[in-house]
Amino acid sequence: MERLGTLRRNKLRVTGAVVVSTALVLGAAACGGDDKSGGSGDELTIGFMGDLTGENSGIVIPPSQGAQLAVDQYNATNPKVKIKIKKYDSQGKGEQAVPLAKQAITKDKVVAMIGPAFSGESAQVGPVLEEGKIPSVSPSATNAALGTKGWKFWHRIVGNDNAQGEGIGTFILNGLSAKKVFVINDQSEYGKPLAETVKATVTKGGATVTEDAIDPNGSDFSSAVNKAKAAKADAIFFGGYYAAGGKLIKQLREAGVKGRFLSGDGSLDKGLAKGAGGTTADGSAIGCPCLIDPTGTASPKSKTFAEQYKAKYNTDTAIYSAEGYDAATAFIEAIKAGNDTAEKINEYLSKIDVPGVSKQIKFTPQGEPAAADVYIYQVKGDTLPLLGKAAEAKIG
Amino acid sequence: MHNFIDQFWPSTVDGLALGSIYALVALGYTMVYGVLRLINFAHSEIFMIGTMVVIGVLNLFDVTSLYGGFTLIAIVIGLAVVAGVASGGSAVLLELVAYRPLRRRGASRLAALISAIGASLFLQQLFARVVIPQAFDLPKEKGALPVQGHFVQRNHVISIGDFVVSNDKLIIFVGAILMMVVLDQFVNRTRLGRGIRATAQDPQTAVLMGVNIDRIVTATFAIGGAMAGVAAALYMLRFEEAKYDVGFLLGIKAFTAAVLGGIGNLRGALVGGLVLGLVEMWGSALFGTEWQHVIAFSILILVLMFRPTGILGESLQQARA
Repeated sequence: MERLGTLRRNKLRVTGAVVVSTALVLGAAACGGDDKSGGSGDELTIGFMGDLTGENSGIVIPPSQGAQLAVDQYNATNPKVKIKIKKYDSQGKGEQAVPLAKQAITKDKVVAMIGPAFSGESAQVGPVLEEGKIPSVSPSATNAALGTKGWKFWHRIVGNDNAQGEGIGTFILNGLSAKKVFVINDQSEYGKPLAETVKATVTKGGATVTEDAIDPNGSDFSSAVNKAKAAKADAIFFGGYYAAGGKLIKQLREAGVKGRFLSGDGSLDKGLAKGAGGTTADGSAIGCPCLIDPTGTASPKSKTFAEQYKAKYNTDTAIYSAEGYDAATAFIEAIKAGNDTAEKINEYLSKIDVPGVSKQIKFTPQGEPAAADVYIYQVKGDTLPLLGKAAEAKIG
Repeated sequence: MHNFIDQFWPSTVDGLALGSIYALVALGYTMVYGVLRLINFAHSEIFMIGTMVVIGVLNLFDVTSLYGGFTLIAIVIGLAVVAGVASGGSAVLLELVAYRPLRRRGASRLAALISAIGASLFLQQLFARVVIPQAFDLPKEKGALPVQGHFVQRNHVISIGDFVVSNDKLIIFVGAILMMVVLDQFVNRTRLGRGIRATAQDPQTAVLMGVNIDRIVTATFAIGGAMAGVAAALYMLRFEEAKYDVGFLLGIKAFTAAVLGGIGNLRGALVGGLVLGLVEMWGSALFGTEWQHVIAFSILILVLMFRPTGILGESLQQARA
């Protein structure tokens, strides 16, 4: 009896829910009287996956907000097929991202995925999305190896670490006219290859290179600092993240090393200046394949985007917010063109060629962005204003 | 080789500064081991607590400008006292909570070891998730990030060719040596020190002779913890930044230094710390910094192969009054 009772209660609740939602739908229809398309009610779900609450969420929340902005703007035009973004908080961890991806495919029936945000989780989620035939566009996973796995549904809208290393290397040669370069890496999956690409690029350009490595978990970098001092380098490139980067700048300057400090997107954070202390990090140049341009230095388009973003979230655009917007735009364009299944959307992505905020949205057959511009930012206090494209920017 | 000759003096100075901090932290491992035959793995967190207290005090007094000269020395002494009290107190508390109940019930040393590892992880997470965000007014998810306290104006106090010593490194070295001398005298000349040596030598006989073991153990943890606190103040003088797991790598190195010098031996901790610091820096100059840890542990293994009891060997319990 008890079981029956429960069943009955459940049934009642379900009926109630149906009544309520019917009323809501009717109400909505009544309000949306001017909806010419007749409100077919079609809605597709796109996933967004990344570390939304963890310790690295600072570089995932901006792209998620960018993506949300693009979708909200699209939905506001009252299209035939609306889009809903469902967020998956992977904490940046592969072991959490994989089950979430499976849930997105089987339960939530997403037609596309923005993300995963980081390279590590991307490597683990890639095969799952591939098997589920769900197209993905990552706004921020830059590991070069991801593009070489032969995945057909994977894309990214940000230049990879090889493009970044070459961009920064070119800037060191042309923008800084450096002759002696000291290259330090943090021995990580990210920092080491990036430092090697920078080294190869500047060596090819005729600069002399000395190099060393540090343990980012250690606190005393003095042996690397002593080598940098002995090398009398004009430019010091660090491949690694901002936490160690800040400490490194501090110890370099304390030892009286004068060369220009450079780093990659892992150091594009206020924490770099904070770790170095005061104005010690000022003048350091940070390269990134991302475009953060609240003042519209690069294009009027990014200025408009920055204004809309600020109006909606009351903060300036930040790292990967434009790329998040562009990733969402790629899917929006696909759905606008009448593609309503994951496979059709993926097919559309192979042909897409529309202007985005950060770059032209167009992919190579490997899923890499066709245009992979690298931008240089220069530390000033705790801000990181855009200096320009790596190929064109100059200091001094 | 060319690198090594170029960087010999800078490496030596940096190695001695780093080694001094290793030595002070190593004292805590060595004293507790000498008395209880226990490796107190949570000692690295006692050090971390010291660094956090230093940053807390700097924030409390709203220190934003940089200090040099005698003002700096006075500040460092003040910070060392506060951090020493905080770390010493935490170490005593740790012993009461994590080790004493086990000791009372006659649990095996392995149980105490597991308890030590547990306490270490517990303290790390407690600080990352609760204490640091609360104390430094950070959002909860930022508790694992480093916190800073800048207050040091560095200048060169000695400068002879390549041999350049900055004020912070000099204070660290002199401070560490001073603390070692004081502690050495304390253990060898005072009544409490005699109790510590007696307990280390033979706990049962010490009890029969009227030594209060619990008091001795408490004192040992308090002194070892206080030394970690002083080390934390000197560490902050040099690096001005810490985070919840700052003690992890440093703790392993300090423990290595204790074993290298001869565990249970106070002077051994000093020798072990300085040797380890120098070997790391010289090795890095010679082979590249990526080999720093490899070199440190290779030296440890080599020394232990030929001198299994460490460089000085003689341990706390054998020291004569």
